[in-house]
Amino acid sequence: MRADLEIISRWIQPGSEVLDLGCGDGVLLAHLRDHHQVGGYGVEIDEAKIATCIGAGVNVIHKDLEVGLSDFTDHSFDYVIMTQTLQAVRHTEWLLDEMLRVGREGIITFPNFGHWRCRFQLALGGHMPVVKVLPHAWYNTPNVHLFTIHDFEKLCQRKSIKILQRAVVDHYHRASLGMRLLPNLLGELALYRLGRTSIQ
Amino acid sequence: MADVPPSKSVGLVTPLTLNFNEPLALDCGRMLSQYTLVYETYGELNATCSNAILICHALSGDHHAAGYHDAEQRKPGWWDSSIGPGKPIDTRHFFVVCCNNLGGCSGSTGPTSINPGTGQPFGPDFPIVTVKDWVRSQACLADRLGIVTWAAVIGGSLGGMQALQWSIDYPERVRHAVAIAAAPRLSAQNIAFNEVARRAIISDPEFYQGNYYAHDAVPRRGLMIARMLGHITYLSDEGMRTKFGRELREAKLNYNYDSDFQVESYLRYQGYSFVDRFDANTYLLMTKALDYFDPAADFDNDLSAAFRRAQANFLVIAFTSDWRFAPDRSREIVKALVDAKRQVSYAEIKATQGHDAFLLPIPRYQETFHAYMTRVAREVNPNAG
Repeated sequence: MRADLEIISRWIQPGSEVLDLGCGDGVLLAHLRDHHQVGGYGVEIDEAKIATCIGAGVNVIHKDLEVGLSDFTDHSFDYVIMTQTLQAVRHTEWLLDEMLRVGREGIITFPNFGHWRCRFQLALGGHMPVVKVLPHAWYNTPNVHLFTIHDFEKLCQRKSIKILQRAVVDHYHRASLGMRLLPNLLGELALYRLGRTSIQ
Repeated sequence: MADVPPSKSVGLVTPLTLNFNEPLALDCGRMLSQYTLVYETYGELNATCSNAILICHALSGDHHAAGYHDAEQRKPGWWDSSIGPGKPIDTRHFFVVCCNNLGGCSGSTGPTSINPGTGQPFGPDFPIVTVKDWVRSQACLADRLGIVTWAAVIGGSLGGMQALQWSIDYPERVRHAVAIAAAPRLSAQNIAFNEVARRAIISDPEFYQGNYYAHDAVPRRGLMIARMLGHITYLSDEGMRTKFGRELREAKLNYNYDSDFQVESYLRYQGYSFVDRFDANTYLLMTKALDYFDPAADFDNDLSAAFRRAQANFLVIAFTSDWRFAPDRSREIVKALVDAKRQVSYAEIKATQGHDAFLLPIPRYQETFHAYMTRVAREVNPNAG
């Protein structure tokens, strides 16, 4: 399993209910189910992946995240998870709101565009960065909103979203002292556990 | 069935009949003192009776879901694309049961059957049966077959509604419910279409208030129009455009009211051939069963409260071009199941064939359905599939 999913698994209380947005093949949900007694559903748009989830016995709901989470009731899940998907959706801010409406907490992971390699490639190479965690060329990337750790935390602050936990890792999903001190410069992947400062 | 290899088909099948002498109480308040169900089975029931699957048919379907009745039969049973060895409902793993529903016209007790009280066909006097009544009678069939719990109850359209009703009415008897191209209840538009179909039949001079058997008549025109209308709702605009476009039967317009366009002659053919195999009173009954289906009604119109009773795992499938029971209707089912915290997966299959897609071997549909049924098979027998 991807190491970022391993980190997320540790954040989730056993026995809780999760909604995994953009769940792909359902690997995280299957892992949470098998090792942490966690139930819930994945949401996925790709037909092929739906069949894979179903084959793995993972509950999956075929749905386009861009239309929001109106099918899900307020506070109906303990966690709403979105791994490496937020940068690929159009209505970023709205979806963040939706996550924290439906879930008690939100868990987000994203590639950090502020990593020094990205900065270096853009500043000195003069081209859009292509790195391990952002492997696509500008013309075929599924990403529509690239952002940095700094950007994300500013948005959270503006929206009064509370950062309950953060992990910053490299593309091998290792953490280091450097990344703790200079996350936005040295971290390639950022993981957040979020909550509402107060229920609105 | 020429040249159908046994690896692809359940082959020759023979319908079976069971008579029930215990009275069946119906939702309408009336009672069927005795009744007959005709059914077919495919595959072998295992020693623990844990591999049984119930297939529920839709409006014009019957018990002949797969295989062939004889070597001359050209087309196999109505869901042969999904039932058989190597197919989603794999008869190497499952014992599959499909019965003709009460009120039907293919051998189970219905309007064409003799009313034991009068010695005459029931005709219009046959009680209006509901999805719940069907489920109740299917449960009696299960009892007689020694099946305590279905590994799955599966159906498309009206059949999917029966699967949902099963999960609510007999929660401990259904391990999986698969509802394909279904709806939690009919919309005003759905009911409107059914009403036009009923009016076509009832206003046919040959209908005789439903007593056409006694007059040696058949309300052909009405039933035909009902079927033509229904058939339009089973197809999609895009599907019809692809299949017929504005293609003419002859290379010219005839400036009369015969059929100029291919689509007209296709619909007429569908109508004609339906009249030969289907009973008008049954058609009326089936459309009413559709209209009345509303499992939420017993739970303060709260569908999720209805599903809170269910213990089954659910698979819900819809097709993008289905406008009769559009994906939105399936999403209502899914939302209610999620709100009730039931186990459910939902797949929306891209298909141009409209509502009829559920009967067709569309690759992504079959793959998804197959993936789900493989899980069901493994629960029954860990070495399966």
